[in-house]
Amino acid sequence: MSTAAAAHVEHGHEEHHDLGFIRSYIFSEDHKVIAKQYLISGIIWAVIGGLMSLVFRLQLGFPDMDMSWLKPFLGQWINESGKLDANFYLALVTMHGTIMVFFVLTAGLSGTFSNFLIPLQIGARDMASGFMNMLSYWFFFISSVIMFWSIFIETGPAGGGWVIYPPLSALAEANPGSGTGMTLWLVSMALFIVSSLLGGINYVTTVINLRTKGMTFDKMPLTIWAFTFTAILGILSFPVLLSAALLLIFDRSFGTSFFLSDIYINGHALPNQGGSPILFQHLFWFLGHPEVYIVILPALGLTSEIIATNSRKPIFGYKAMIFSMAGIMFLAFIVWAHHMFMTGMNPFLGSVFMLLTLIIAVPSAVKAFNYITTLWRGNIIFTPAMLFAIGLVSFFVSGGLTGIILGNSALDIQLHDTYFVVAHFHLVMGSAAFFGMIGGVYHWFPKMFGKMMNKTLGYVHFWFTFIGVYLVFFPMHYIGIAGFPRRYYQWSGFETFNTYADLNAFISVAAILTFSAQLIFIFNFIYSIFWGKKATANPWKSTTLEWTTPVNPGHGNWPGEIPTVYRWPYDYSKPGAKEDFIPQDVPYSATPESNLPEENEMISEEKEIENIEYNHNIPD
Amino acid sequence: MTAENTLREEPKPVLSINKWKFITWLFIITIVMLFASQTSAYLVRRAEGNWTEFEMPQIFYWSTLVLFLSSVMVFLSVRAARSDEFKKLRAFISGAFVLGTAFLIMQYIGWQQLQETGIYLKGNPSGSFLYILTGLHAFHLISGLVVLVFALAASFKMNIHSKKMIQLEVCSTYWHFLDILWIYLFVFLLYFR
Repeated sequence: MSTAAAAHVEHGHEEHHDLGFIRSYIFSEDHKVIAKQYLISGIIWAVIGGLMSLVFRLQLGFPDMDMSWLKPFLGQWINESGKLDANFYLALVTMHGTIMVFFVLTAGLSGTFSNFLIPLQIGARDMASGFMNMLSYWFFFISSVIMFWSIFIETGPAGGGWVIYPPLSALAEANPGSGTGMTLWLVSMALFIVSSLLGGINYVTTVINLRTKGMTFDKMPLTIWAFTFTAILGILSFPVLLSAALLLIFDRSFGTSFFLSDIYINGHALPNQGGSPILFQHLFWFLGHPEVYIVILPALGLTSEIIATNSRKPIFGYKAMIFSMAGIMFLAFIVWAHHMFMTGMNPFLGSVFMLLTLIIAVPSAVKAFNYITTLWRGNIIFTPAMLFAIGLVSFFVSGGLTGIILGNSALDIQLHDTYFVVAHFHLVMGSAAFFGMIGGVYHWFPKMFGKMMNKTLGYVHFWFTFIGVYLVFFPMHYIGIAGFPRRYYQWSGFETFNTYADLNAFISVAAILTFSAQLIFIFNFIYSIFWGKKATANPWKSTTLEWTTPVNPGHGNWPGEIPTVYRWPYDYSKPGAKEDFIPQDVPYSATPESNLPEENEMISEEKEIENIEYNHNIPD
Repeated sequence: MTAENTLREEPKPVLSINKWKFITWLFIITIVMLFASQTSAYLVRRAEGNWTEFEMPQIFYWSTLVLFLSSVMVFLSVRAARSDEFKKLRAFISGAFVLGTAFLIMQYIGWQQLQETGIYLKGNPSGSFLYILTGLHAFHLISGLVVLVFALAASFKMNIHSKKMIQLEVCSTYWHFLDILWIYLFVFLLYFR
């Protein structure tokens, strides 16, 4: 079967069962609709989180500024003299972190692309359980509503940092946000964890159980590998966060002392005895560290696909990519204490965690190397998606290098909790994952909405964002090395830091410009959904299965039979081949001109693959 | 296993494991991680000292036996379903449900005994952990009872028979897991008081 011909058969609309508006677009069990729901929720959250960062960047960059003009939005959080409330500043930082890490880069990234691409790329009609998938989105939605609500309560949202360390988060007296705001935060996160687990369980089950004929593990696209590893990380680490949150809830509401001990407030001792705040940090970072890989791995997976397609070259080191992701996943669980070098831990233990942390540089470097060697002498097509993918590699390298510095427990004494850390994780995890997500949207937009996004606006968006991100985060390294601590409301009280007033103002201006550039993307996104140019079924000449579906894949994805897979997903520019790509569902017997000797031998196996009969006695 | 799933064409499975069983196992892994983190937090906290030792309430020994018996009941119900003995099937599932409920009541009595010996939720973390661990298990056991009720309802609607075992098998996997989980917690608490 020639894909080019099959791809142009339009069956899309006949496949829709008549479910009515609510079942098709709101409480939908179709993975493509759920993916779009996640994407749009993620974009809304990203705007909210981004605006929050602008408010506190204004405070940091221009501490003397009169912010009265923000009063219509922030109300009582701007006091009479036009100053931002200090406690609200802490709440903004906390909410910015929570929103970006969990709601945008976990739900918005994994939720969108795992849902969208897993069934399409492995050749399945839908997820293993559409119902669980729907439940996963609606748990996320309720969790979002609660988190959003917490922004508007009188005492403000949680303000103890996104890591919610006790006793700051455990005692309502500690900070205005530690009262109701913190309670809502915990409820919202508990629901978020349920949502992530439902999603993750579904992703792994789908990948293991529902692959099409011939889609063996060694023929899976790297995106699917990345999503699978991400889901496994989530399944293993989110319950631990739930554990920590549960004990914290008991400390807050039921008077237990898991994390509290020897605390005096205004000279009065609290009754809590025998708790350990460090215990919370262990529990939190056992999730918290895998969480950063939950954020970055899907972005790396998307990048692999985009770079291979637009370099018109097979991905360099397919197996090395899989093993390095597996290595990162494994190491993710045994490095958590590098966030805790300053907690007074045993220095020997510190050096063990330091060693394990530095080992992560090896699989990460393998990945960066493989991306660059895939680009090397490729026929590179600079689509907006490709530019964002290359941007990801750039951030992954420049942010990763500072990771090696921070991973040293001796250097961490100086750099801990300074802007150096902020610069590091915003580059390697924040911006890199964000670029992966945006690149993914540009690349898979034609399959999601059947339209093309405007290229020119894409280029403008890319260059403003790419340069903007470096202008924001690069100077932060200097401020950090100088010792300026993160999370401080104001630095002008310290004579030492006055030298950095200009640099801070510069960062703030760059941040405002970078954020404004995102409006170009949002305009392009909405405009293209409605008025974009119609897409073809396979606009990027890509090999994977999702491009063999019609332009607007209907319910069940393929109008006829699900295609059978014969080859790996990276047959680009194969010597001898008629075109510079051979889709995965083209058998070797159809391409005698480009087959390698061992591939000719595999022709005899094709009949076997086609004749695979699944055991229909297994009921679903 | 919703109605929608049976109506539309399902993707063909590659491996011979049923997807619902697979989902159950993954779900069990998440619960294992939850309790693994709780018990390791327990050990870390205990190693720091300032730890009040407690006596396990006598009734916990008996409740362990009751939960074990209910697990046996579930095992027998699977055998009954395989040979299409429906009366036995219903009796065994009901028996398991009753024993499971009895277990919960005994746990509650155990809590009261603990309070009589002066161990409260508030106070030294050792006691708090004891309540949290048993309470968290009880919470999961309630979810197990709900699963049992669904299986019982299905057995009355003749939806469980030798050709349609998935629901009961999933139910029994979960129930046995909850049993093993309790035995683990019980031995753990006995050993690290």
